[in-house]
Amino acid sequence: MSRIPLDPATAPAFPKAAKVSLHDLQLRRNVKHATNVIQTKRQRVVGERPDWQQLREAGRQIREHALAYMDEYLEQFERNCEAAGGHVHWARDAEEARQIVVRLATEAGSREVVKIKSMTTEEIHLNNALEAAGINAIETDLAELIIQLGQDQPSHIVVPALHKSRHEIREIFLREMGLKHLGEEPADLAEAARTYLRKKFLTVQTAISGANFLIAETGSVCIVESEGNGRMCLTLPQTLITIAGIDKVLPRFQDLEVMLQLLPRSATGERMNPYNSIWTGLHENDGPRNFHVVLMDNARTDVLADPEGRQTLYCIRCGACQNACPVYRQTGGHAYGSVYAGPIGAILTPQLQKMEHAQSLPYASSLCGACYEVCPVKINIPEVLIHLRNKVVKQQTRGMGRLNPEAVAMKVLGMIFRSESRFRAAQKFGRAAEKPLVNREGWIGWLPGMLGGWTQARDLHAMPQQTFREWFDAREKKDRGHA
Amino acid sequence: MRGKRKIAAMPERTEARAQILERIRAAKPQAPPSDAAAAWEKIRREYKVAPDLPPAEILHLLEDRLRDYDAQVFHCVPAEIAGAIARALQQRDKQNIVIAAGTPNEWLPPDFHFVEDSNLDAHALDQLDGVLTGATLAIADTGTIVLQNVPGQGRRASTLMPDYHLCVLFASQVLQSVPQAMRMLEQTATLPTTFFSGPSATADIEMTRIKGVHGPRFLDVILVQDIVQVRWMASDDSPPMKSISVSIGSLFPNECCSG
Repeated sequence: MSRIPLDPATAPAFPKAAKVSLHDLQLRRNVKHATNVIQTKRQRVVGERPDWQQLREAGRQIREHALAYMDEYLEQFERNCEAAGGHVHWARDAEEARQIVVRLATEAGSREVVKIKSMTTEEIHLNNALEAAGINAIETDLAELIIQLGQDQPSHIVVPALHKSRHEIREIFLREMGLKHLGEEPADLAEAARTYLRKKFLTVQTAISGANFLIAETGSVCIVESEGNGRMCLTLPQTLITIAGIDKVLPRFQDLEVMLQLLPRSATGERMNPYNSIWTGLHENDGPRNFHVVLMDNARTDVLADPEGRQTLYCIRCGACQNACPVYRQTGGHAYGSVYAGPIGAILTPQLQKMEHAQSLPYASSLCGACYEVCPVKINIPEVLIHLRNKVVKQQTRGMGRLNPEAVAMKVLGMIFRSESRFRAAQKFGRAAEKPLVNREGWIGWLPGMLGGWTQARDLHAMPQQTFREWFDAREKKDRGHA
Repeated sequence: MRGKRKIAAMPERTEARAQILERIRAAKPQAPPSDAAAAWEKIRREYKVAPDLPPAEILHLLEDRLRDYDAQVFHCVPAEIAGAIARALQQRDKQNIVIAAGTPNEWLPPDFHFVEDSNLDAHALDQLDGVLTGATLAIADTGTIVLQNVPGQGRRASTLMPDYHLCVLFASQVLQSVPQAMRMLEQTATLPTTFFSGPSATADIEMTRIKGVHGPRFLDVILVQDIVQVRWMASDDSPPMKSISVSIGSLFPNECCSG
């Protein structure tokens, strides 16, 4: 059941991958429908909160504060979690995190583990590592199960299988679950998943989860979910391994009063998601006998070190920016070549992975700002995108000094814009030069050489036959003629 | 083999821990001006915390939300809880019901089979028709009921495996806002805590909401009207007079008019 995970190091650049997605009409229909449904629901439940902006501001401040004291809060979380019987592990990078989880699962003696949907485990390609160690990981979130059985890739943070239609899902279930009959209604498909997974929940003795929030003050972990598969994994197995990025820490229990209002409304457009679980270490006769938390850095401290990029770590993984993004809404998630897609992926991936693997992502945006507007913790995504574009340019032109083509082009443009006569001459030249490239509808779809960078992803409108100044001069002349 | 691994893991762990904390200290914003507790107090919290609806309307709001989640709501006074439970179970045709230790005896109607959860395993729980619990509190704004591992509510597994959940909720336990609830829960924050808002659900297939995936698919709530009693208790804590008169007015609109 192995699948090749989305990896920015091997994925094609965004414009190339986006072209493929844009030709998949079924995918575009599904993505459009799903993002429309969530957006409408979100708007309704956000609109009914008159204090939404105040909640967002509090959310932003809580996250900012948590980052400013992250070391203290992580130590406090560790102390409180261990005092309650949990074990805390630290992983510097993905490799270390995989090793720890595989070792813990092996020690628990499990050949099978049940998993709660977790972006963090996707980020580190945990399932492949488990499989290599002879451990079968079973995804229990319905969408993740669809993805896993279909050997597919998640395409959205909250609804990872939104690109699949019910017919496609039915085909996958029939084939992979070995069923003879299966209805086509979503309820039939959910019922099939319920029956398939219940057997697993009742027998598998190790579970792996992510975390929505770690609470320093109490050492508690909070998981927000809809289906109850999370509760199954947290409650029934003997061993529970939770893996969380170090950015997931919240100062106090009370801070949940903000996050639990922001997250569900932004993520699924619900006032509250069906289930939230909060637990602290071990509890006699309730839940697992062994509980481990793996705190993972994996380049988060690099993001923290960048004053302009730091706000990326405020993210609570709600996916609202994806639903709002005019680019994501056309391409879907796979084009981003990373488990984190959409606007947040465009800023998170280049910072978490090596920048050279994701140079096209900061450009996968029109900078319209819709993502910033819906972000529940007010991450100024366009600002970070521009900051990253700046970094990309610096990286690409390293060693070229002042001779790099972009800098030269900007110099030339500056020279032209400084003088009216040069500007007019450039306009005239442009009109003449573009002629062979303009199509019948008045658009340019291809430009030669370096200029082609612009037309690779968008058409350029042909220059008008007359500039405003030319029109104005001509009108003046005509008026004078009449007088 | 296993022991060797464990020994090898220890120094690695401390090393990774020290290195991550060191990286954070080098990376985080320069020299925060105050200690963490003082800085936390300064976080601007201008969102709504206190209720702005009279008690009767808060109850209506909760009921609305619960029905929106396809839960049924039954009403009764404290003396009639057993009767209401019998009605709900009869209507759903449920016989074998798991209860947590500490469930009041007077809640349990005759003619049904109640099984006290003495660490029943998941298979045994899976065989039962339903679960009956009390609740810690409820949040009207979001239609949420909160359960904790305390007498009368029990272990998390017992409210998860059976397909039907019948929950007895007192009007006095109903709060309006999420912040009110979290502040109330702070005292017992480390107990295993479950928030549920309607029965389990998914919208993973074409964004169609499907009720019930892994958790209980059916939820009924018995709302016990003990609110009058509570209002008098609340007045002992001397809340502002205005809010008391508003709540009385809304509870007894007729009397209010005649007065």
